[in-house]
Amino acid sequence: MKEYRYGFRDPEKYVIKLDKGLSRKTVEEISWLKMEPEWMRKFRLNAYEVFLKKKLPNWGPDLSDLNFDDIVYYIKPSEKKSTSWEEVPEYIKNTFERLGIPEAERKFLAGVSAQYESEMVYHKLKENWEKKGVIFVDTDTAVREYPDLVKEYIGTVVPPSDNKFSALNSAVWSGGSFIYVPEGVSVEIPLQAYFRINSQNMGQFERTLIIAEPGSYVHYIEGCTAPIYSTYSLHSAVVEIIVKRGARVRYTTVQNWSYNVYNLVTKRAVAYDDAVVEWIDGNLGSKVTMKYPSVYMYGKGAKAELLSIAYAGKGQHQDVGGKVIHLAPYTSSRIISKSISKDGGRNSYRGLVYVDPYATEANISVRCDALILDRYSRSDTYPTMRVKNSNVSVSHEASISKIDEEQIFYLESRGLDRDEANALIVRGFIEPISKELPLEYAIELNRLIRLQIKGDIG
Amino acid sequence: MREEIILDVKDLHVKVEQREILKGLNLRLERGKIYALMGPNGAGKSTLAYAIMGHPRFMASKGSIVFKGEDITELSPSERARRGIFLAFQYPIEIPGITLFNFLRMISNIRDNKNISPIEFSKLLKAKLKLLNLDEDFIRRYLNEGFSGGEKKKSEILQMAIINPELVILDEIDSGLDIDAIKVVSDMIKTIFNENMTILMITHYQRLLDYIKPDSILVIVDGRIVASGGYELIGVIEKEGYNSLEKKKEYERV
Repeated sequence: MKEYRYGFRDPEKYVIKLDKGLSRKTVEEISWLKMEPEWMRKFRLNAYEVFLKKKLPNWGPDLSDLNFDDIVYYIKPSEKKSTSWEEVPEYIKNTFERLGIPEAERKFLAGVSAQYESEMVYHKLKENWEKKGVIFVDTDTAVREYPDLVKEYIGTVVPPSDNKFSALNSAVWSGGSFIYVPEGVSVEIPLQAYFRINSQNMGQFERTLIIAEPGSYVHYIEGCTAPIYSTYSLHSAVVEIIVKRGARVRYTTVQNWSYNVYNLVTKRAVAYDDAVVEWIDGNLGSKVTMKYPSVYMYGKGAKAELLSIAYAGKGQHQDVGGKVIHLAPYTSSRIISKSISKDGGRNSYRGLVYVDPYATEANISVRCDALILDRYSRSDTYPTMRVKNSNVSVSHEASISKIDEEQIFYLESRGLDRDEANALIVRGFIEPISKELPLEYAIELNRLIRLQIKGDIG
Repeated sequence: MREEIILDVKDLHVKVEQREILKGLNLRLERGKIYALMGPNGAGKSTLAYAIMGHPRFMASKGSIVFKGEDITELSPSERARRGIFLAFQYPIEIPGITLFNFLRMISNIRDNKNISPIEFSKLLKAKLKLLNLDEDFIRRYLNEGFSGGEKKKSEILQMAIINPELVILDEIDSGLDIDAIKVVSDMIKTIFNENMTILMITHYQRLLDYIKPDSILVIVDGRIVASGGYELIGVIEKEGYNSLEKKKEYERV
């Protein structure tokens, strides 16, 4: 137990914190600390071997400053998991208070699950869902309590060998949400989880797995914010979603990482016959984000919807987009990507549309709109289309715009100052996507963007 | 009641792309009165409107604009708006993604310097819509986006009703409207007008004056106000054209 450091220093009050760096031993230790079954230990160790062999992507943003040896791979903030708000430690509560979480809890009266550092500390699920057989737990708990389900599905949508970061996540993952919705069950109120990094050089590797049985529905929401630190943090999550016949899953993310975070996330869903997958993604903050939510449409009539907003300010590169893989007939997909670049920020849209020869009468629409707020900022699109069936409908539209001075003058003539006018135009620009968010998230997103435009955030 | 000068424009010179459009314009407007500003194309009517509102491309190269006793020549458009000046645009600008409702609430909050709840504002707005005979669906649409000419003008007047400004400049509010729409918009303006408000309405056509009776008619020719007076000026303009007024002015000056 020499490797652990017991940190009680405020604000970093940890029960267990591993030393920096990654080795086979680190991986084993994580698994040991979690008292995991042998199959999970093996899953991790295999993934670690894959991680060593995989190279960093040779495309996209610059990751050369990322040092895997300079990251802490596991922190456990408190021994006991809490199921009620009263049991949550005070210092964590204070952090949540600043993030407005209790308010969200009051408003949603739903299963609120919050992740502080690597471990779930607060977890709650409404009883009526439990009666319906809905499972909403952190993934560590799922490994212990629902091992058969986890074993059956984990790594089937995003295998460790998919890319270097999916391998890394598979080796060192901790926390994340596990959701299982039985056949025909509709979860009316969104399930929410808050993720947060609160330690320097702290990697966060949550693993989320959602299984929607035939004809079911669930909306899962994750929101992230992190404080600012001077050295780089890494966030590398894996999200796997299995949407069976006629089921629908909506996954909403609003992220506002601090400006030193590398946010490298693999999110993928598989959709069977007539299933619907909706990814709604708001990306603010971070130093570099690489994230391309994907939908593999395996079943006839499956539908995919990918809506994303990215904001890149000074020193930030948002490399985001989406992939729609049409593998069956009558499948349809819609991608809408909106990006805002300011103060030298850079946005890249990177998308893939693949239509299999078998996917006849597929329907695809892609729309990318970029708003550039000054001449120092940049926006690019890298769309890839591989359409191997001639009986399909594909549309692709892209626009790059600047804010018109006459729009500003018009708004100023109504009493808005210049910053307010800019923020309002940006708010209107993203509205087609923000209107898909739950109201309080839309308000929060608008507030964050307004602060960014005004330069109130350091 | 004592007559109060609400706007005093003195020797205003405005250049647009190196060309002088306003050439030493003088203008005084009293509180609670309606003025019609008429003049030929290119005389500087819209330039004057922009200059009073503070458009960055229409800043004064010489002279001053005094509003309620304060020199506002160097103020930004929003600072002027917050002091009570409102410009109804000839071509209102479209702002996609922002509903008219949200925009009206925003400008109402700025005007009153408070944060009124959407529910409370909704009540207030409903009353205004009823007063102005406007459809409720109207406010759910995005600001001016895809509005017809008439709808855009109604949107301007609705904004004016919410802000209740002290000085209103109507820049060709009648342009692009058919006779029925002109009547509707004029009725709205008359409903909102009050003794605390001054209106400067810019128009090409006398038709508008049939609906909104101004207290005074001002004639602008070649960047200066060359005549002001009552309805008799309309007869002169109709018979002899604007240039006759300018010549008369020159004659008077000599």
